[in-house]
Amino acid sequence: METFILTIITAATPLLIAAIGELVVERSGVLNLGVEGMMVMGAVSGFGAALLTGWPLLGLVAAILAGTLMALIFGVLTLTFAANQVATGLALTIFGLGLSGLVGESLVGLPGAKLQPLYLPFLTDIPHVGRILFGQDIVVYLSIALVAGVSYVLFRTRLGLIIRAIGNNHDSAHALGFDVVAARYACVAFGGACAGLAGGYLSLAYTPQWVENMTAGRGWIALALVVFASWWPWRLAVGAYLFGTVMILGLEAQARGIDLPPQALAALPYLMTILVLVLMSGTRILTRASAPANLGQPFIPDR
Amino acid sequence: MQLILERRAEPSRLMALLSPLLAIALTVVTGAIIFAALGFNPLRALSVFFIEPLSARWSLEHLALKAAPLVLMAAGLCLCYRANVWNIGAEGQFTMGAIAGSLIPVLLTQWQFPMVTVLMLALGIIGGMVWGAIPALLKNRFGASEILTSLMLVYVAQYFLDWLVRGPWRDPQGYNFPKTVSFDDWQLLPTFGGTLHLGVAFAITAAIGLTFLLAKGMKGYEIRVAGLAPKAARFAGFSRQGIVWFTFLLSGGLAGLAGIGEIMSTVGQLQPAISPGYGFTAIIVAFLGRLNPVGALIAGLALAATYLGGEEAQAALGVSEKVSRVFQGVLLFYILGCDMLVNYRIALRGLPRLRLKTG
Repeated sequence: METFILTIITAATPLLIAAIGELVVERSGVLNLGVEGMMVMGAVSGFGAALLTGWPLLGLVAAILAGTLMALIFGVLTLTFAANQVATGLALTIFGLGLSGLVGESLVGLPGAKLQPLYLPFLTDIPHVGRILFGQDIVVYLSIALVAGVSYVLFRTRLGLIIRAIGNNHDSAHALGFDVVAARYACVAFGGACAGLAGGYLSLAYTPQWVENMTAGRGWIALALVVFASWWPWRLAVGAYLFGTVMILGLEAQARGIDLPPQALAALPYLMTILVLVLMSGTRILTRASAPANLGQPFIPDR
Repeated sequence: MQLILERRAEPSRLMALLSPLLAIALTVVTGAIIFAALGFNPLRALSVFFIEPLSARWSLEHLALKAAPLVLMAAGLCLCYRANVWNIGAEGQFTMGAIAGSLIPVLLTQWQFPMVTVLMLALGIIGGMVWGAIPALLKNRFGASEILTSLMLVYVAQYFLDWLVRGPWRDPQGYNFPKTVSFDDWQLLPTFGGTLHLGVAFAITAAIGLTFLLAKGMKGYEIRVAGLAPKAARFAGFSRQGIVWFTFLLSGGLAGLAGIGEIMSTVGQLQPAISPGYGFTAIIVAFLGRLNPVGALIAGLALAATYLGGEEAQAALGVSEKVSRVFQGVLLFYILGCDMLVNYRIALRGLPRLRLKTG
């Protein structure tokens, strides 16, 4: 049971991190569909850097940088040049999947450096709960801290109020003197950093190796999670852990030789994403109330 | 000095023509930089990538064959995107079309009459339409984002295909390879003389037909209004749900046709990998063609050239064919960036501006 919960946490963490970044981006009124591309670049950069230096933490830094750089490409196109956000996000994903495949070609099959879990004497050794509470790697704790931090900043600080104002009505926010484009750049960069970190976690902790397309649609699931959470950070944590559980249950069922084709189990997270979108979007009260009103709309200040 | 965007009084027709060409030119320059970064002579690499694949007659035929599925799918996607309906799951609709069309040769082997090829094509279209209908239904009935549902269905379709060819549909005489039986020669698309087959004709017909529909048809008018002025479309009484249904069924059906067309020509049987990402490349084709079905016809050739160039560069230089995916992504970035020039002009603030006419 303990191992089972541990694997769920490892599966849920990358989803949670990528989704919390995208939540901030969308709260500022920008729809970045390139999460998958930023994530996969984070995965390959993180793996490569950790392999080169032998230091997984440096891998995480590289992953964050890669995700941020990818996000900045998106920012230049959609924020400075007011390009269509849906199409640019798709381009980011196509580009990221291609580039990661290209630069990662020489890394395929190499044994990676694994991010080590925390060990606190006595605390980690507590039976049943010790490893769950005190024996995770730092990214797991960071993911929870990110949720708490984002929740606090968005709803308890002036900065969060500005971000939400820009997401709900960029014209009014602009008229009040806020720099819409600059704030959105910052949010998009944050989203990229999170997606990169999530990707790095995949190739450094979840499965410490590099495989082409190893994100396998997790970036898209993260996007759906933001809708599932109706743009509320803590609901996102619930959603990510729910999805993590489904993913692991699929693997578990396979290992126990349950009489279902492996492809059906592999398709389960994607089917569940569709189901979740249907359920959440069907209940208008949940989504309408908190969806940023200007989500996906380009903004060019007419001076 | 600061760079700002100024809205043009009306969209520039010149820029509408020039921006895709500018995007291609910028992609070639970026390509040279990428090749140089990989340690190749950029000029030689570019000529291998872009020119050599097009230097022989058979290779031009090859180009048209590669372009056919791209154009077929992109023509439908143009209408979707014009109407602000985001079908990004053409790859899944392609896969389901291929599966549905293969029903007859795999399961009904006793059906041995010429009409079978027509039935296979029809089933392919239906398969793609059914898969496209799901996101349309979920959008209309529940308001679920068609972007995410159509994309999720790509994965589902691919796993379904994988299960079929490894399980119930596997060729019993196939030495355990994950493949169905090979199609008989008469079950393939007829060719005209050389290697060009009927799929090319389908693509050209679809591109021209949909251009007419968009320009002259009532549905095309509804689509244009829905995309440009959603409120006006609502006041005019155009049904949003109807447009979502129409565009998804149309683009899904065309993607299904592209899928079965590939199976009935180049591939010749079902197997786990039937498409090198055609459904996603078709999105780039649609945008490079400026969301015009006829534009997609030309753009399809350009994107097909990146596939051929990738193969050529791999053979001649030993570069990974993944380079072509990178080029495709870069191209889409530039297309979207240059598109801005149609509606905006770049101005430098802080410089004295020359004004010949005032007012």
